[in-house]
Amino acid sequence: MKVKNNAFDLDALDFEILEALQEDARRTYTAIGKRLGIAHSTVYDRVKRMEKYGVIKRYMAIVDYGKAGTKSITAIMTVFTDPKESERVAEKLCGSPEVLEVYTSLSEELLIIAKVVAENQESLHAFIANSVAPLPGVLRIRTSTITRKFKEAQFSVANPESYIYKKKI
Amino acid sequence: MGERVSRILRNLSREKAFYFFTSIGNYTGESAASLKEFMYKINEVNEKSLVFHFHRGDFEKWIAEVLEDKELAEGIRKMQKTDVTGDLLRSRLFEVISKRYKQLISQLRFVK
Repeated sequence: MKVKNNAFDLDALDFEILEALQEDARRTYTAIGKRLGIAHSTVYDRVKRMEKYGVIKRYMAIVDYGKAGTKSITAIMTVFTDPKESERVAEKLCGSPEVLEVYTSLSEELLIIAKVVAENQESLHAFIANSVAPLPGVLRIRTSTITRKFKEAQFSVANPESYIYKKKI
Repeated sequence: MGERVSRILRNLSREKAFYFFTSIGNYTGESAASLKEFMYKINEVNEKSLVFHFHRGDFEKWIAEVLEDKELAEGIRKMQKTDVTGDLLRSRLFEVISKRYKQLISQLRFVK
């Protein structure tokens, strides 16, 4: 791994380790080492370095809310903003526990796209009406409640078809 | 009395303003931060927004809890019993709100 100005050149082995961890982050260094035909200490060193430099951001459990008995709804909220205020609006949204993800996009207008969770439709509306619409710079809001999820996956860094993988190795 | 009337007619902060939506989570970009502004916005906003808030009881709730005008809130609540919609809903709402607004303004002048 070469480190230049906090940027990384990951080699093929790093990508293989990342792929193994993306499939199952609870895999042991020994199991990963066995799968890749390398020593567990090599896996350990590389994982620690990738953690240290933020390539691996964190490990978390993916919870099935339905099975956990948590009743909630998820919505995709598009916030049209005054370009001068968009960063502040995005930062404010990031501070709300109801907001899971925040992105900006520039199509015809500057948009903030956020994934929001709420207990029900009424609490979703209350959150948007009381905490998002009043933010300075918010011009309009469009919200779509998700009714069914067909797929949820993380982009696999070691996907042989992926552009990143081809470029790196 | 003058204090109560002034309070109803006061300008509100952004947080306390009324925000017009057309459905759950869909904000039109229109808001009102005083009774006067609210009265004018009733004539301007999308009809869908009027119907959405009227049937949810949002107008009377905001008027009672934020503007603190129980009388106007009651006037709008009574309209719920009638089956008005579309342009008629807009004109009836405007009529009730503007009548009350004029009454409050004249009360304020009288007190002064």
